[in-house]
Amino acid sequence: MTRRNYVGWVVAASITLVVGCGVAVTIGPAAVSLAQVAGSIGAHLGLSTEPVPLLIDSIVWQLRLPRVLTAALVGAGLALSGAVMQSVTRNPLADPYLLGLSSGASVGAVCVVILGIGIILPAAAFAGALLALVATLSIAKVGGTITPVRAVLAGLAIAQLAGALTSFIIFWAAKGDSYREILNWLLGSVAGATWESVAIAGTAVAVVGTGILLSATRLDAFAFGDTSAASLGINVNRTRWGLLGAVALLTGAMVAVSGSIGFVGLVLPHLVRGISGPGHRRLLPLTAVCGALFLVVADTLARTVFDPRELPVGIITAFIGVPVFIVLIKRKKSRLWA
Amino acid sequence: MGVDLDRLSFGIDGTMIVRDISASMQTGSVTGLLGPNGAGKSTLLRLVAGIDRADAGTASLDGVAIGSLPRREAARRIALLEQNASPSVELTVLDVVLLGRIPHRTTLMGSFGGDDDRAVAFDALNAVGAASLADRSWHTLSGGQQQRVQIARAMAQRPSLLLLDEPTNHLDVSAQLSLLGQVRELGVTAIMALHDLNLAAAYCDHILLLDGGLLVASGTPTEVLTPEIIGAVYGVDCFILEHPRGGHPVIVYSAASSKGNS
Repeated sequence: MTRRNYVGWVVAASITLVVGCGVAVTIGPAAVSLAQVAGSIGAHLGLSTEPVPLLIDSIVWQLRLPRVLTAALVGAGLALSGAVMQSVTRNPLADPYLLGLSSGASVGAVCVVILGIGIILPAAAFAGALLALVATLSIAKVGGTITPVRAVLAGLAIAQLAGALTSFIIFWAAKGDSYREILNWLLGSVAGATWESVAIAGTAVAVVGTGILLSATRLDAFAFGDTSAASLGINVNRTRWGLLGAVALLTGAMVAVSGSIGFVGLVLPHLVRGISGPGHRRLLPLTAVCGALFLVVADTLARTVFDPRELPVGIITAFIGVPVFIVLIKRKKSRLWA
Repeated sequence: MGVDLDRLSFGIDGTMIVRDISASMQTGSVTGLLGPNGAGKSTLLRLVAGIDRADAGTASLDGVAIGSLPRREAARRIALLEQNASPSVELTVLDVVLLGRIPHRTTLMGSFGGDDDRAVAFDALNAVGAASLADRSWHTLSGGQQQRVQIARAMAQRPSLLLLDEPTNHLDVSAQLSLLGQVRELGVTAIMALHDLNLAAAYCDHILLLDGGLLVASGTPTEVLTPEIIGAVYGVDCFILEHPRGGHPVIVYSAASSKGNS
């Protein structure tokens, strides 16, 4: 595609994202207009706008806006992490949770929700994710080196172990409401999002995301494997482990605020590659924007389709993501997965 | 000037793979790297490319020690064609050739594949007669076309040294001949690992023959490709004829004897 077409896609997706976020805030049990959304945001940013009723203002500013923004940031972070994981491990099935991150985070979460350990949930989830990563990498490290294949296998082992541990704790100790609460978290949800969640996810996406975008050219060099990357002047080990570390931090922060939302990180990069082509300088920005848009839409569906009941957004992303993935697999055009 | 190898050695876990190799190659010459499987050809190419660092000795290009160059700087001077490389994502031919521009880019500059990069890429594709393939998907190309495009990718790096690891593998006869003809026409200093002694004899100015990590013979094809040397290194009987047109040696093998089955 030409550069103009690409820029057109990015601009269109970005505008859709901003408008989509605004519209998503209007949707819910209490009727709110777009003008009221703009008014409330304007007032909080210190702009002189039409005053908005206090109740509407608190619905917009305290409840819906942080939730929508968290969904957007988590979607961007997960999609970006997935794209990098797929390139660095040269594995089309890679997703952000490949190295056992989400399973580790789940252990941290059940410790808080079910065992009642007195720290805040995001901190526990993040600690669990990092512990799992450290465990995965120390298993994968044999004779001083870590290969991507060993890292993936070690990640699988840690994910299974952490999954068993999570089930064990739930089975043994969960009662009453904590069942529902932990299930909600395990399936992934941004229902409880606050401005704190926005701050955590926003910082991670801004800082780590920038670093990842600056590595786009280096990621391109991995297309033909390690030797080829090295012959193109890339320091293969430093680049690979730097990027895996970055993805771990980013994913850890996403899991901390939203649990483990599936399919965004797996499907979105493949979908966007079909539009942007495989070059990472085009792929990564568009993947981030589309990931954000996708999760905002999915979360809006999650809280409205069965209104007044709410679904964990992870169920919606799977319901949408799986058919999309199947279509991608069945494309006749693709010679790669033949 | 050109390439100088000075007592180059490299080992993994105490096993020496390349031992004490010294040789020099002139600018613009094409050198064939021969030897049985496991002789150390690929390893020697990786050392010269600066991908692996030698345990002892130096390889230098135009008087500069390759091992002392930063990775990116080395990649601006030396291009390497691997054996049977295949991408993990769907790439067009132009995407592949543009990879060769990576060593010439900085992190922030030329963020969408600048016009210069495209011009260099098309020059390189033209040089190997593959410009018409630019928009084709890599996975739809024949083996010969893929190798041609890899050479274009390497030329897009604007190297002063081109390294090729068995570039004719899996190609039919016509593709083999046209590929090696192409390498000669580029006029760039080239070192290529080859299995086919006759191709080496026809297309190389200089031959380095390796066995067990040691350089056992070096010189023109006529000097190196003798029945005695080939017999000692490969364990096969052969006759040497003179090519009726090119004048270079042609190796004719005797039917396999039991010692040729090693």
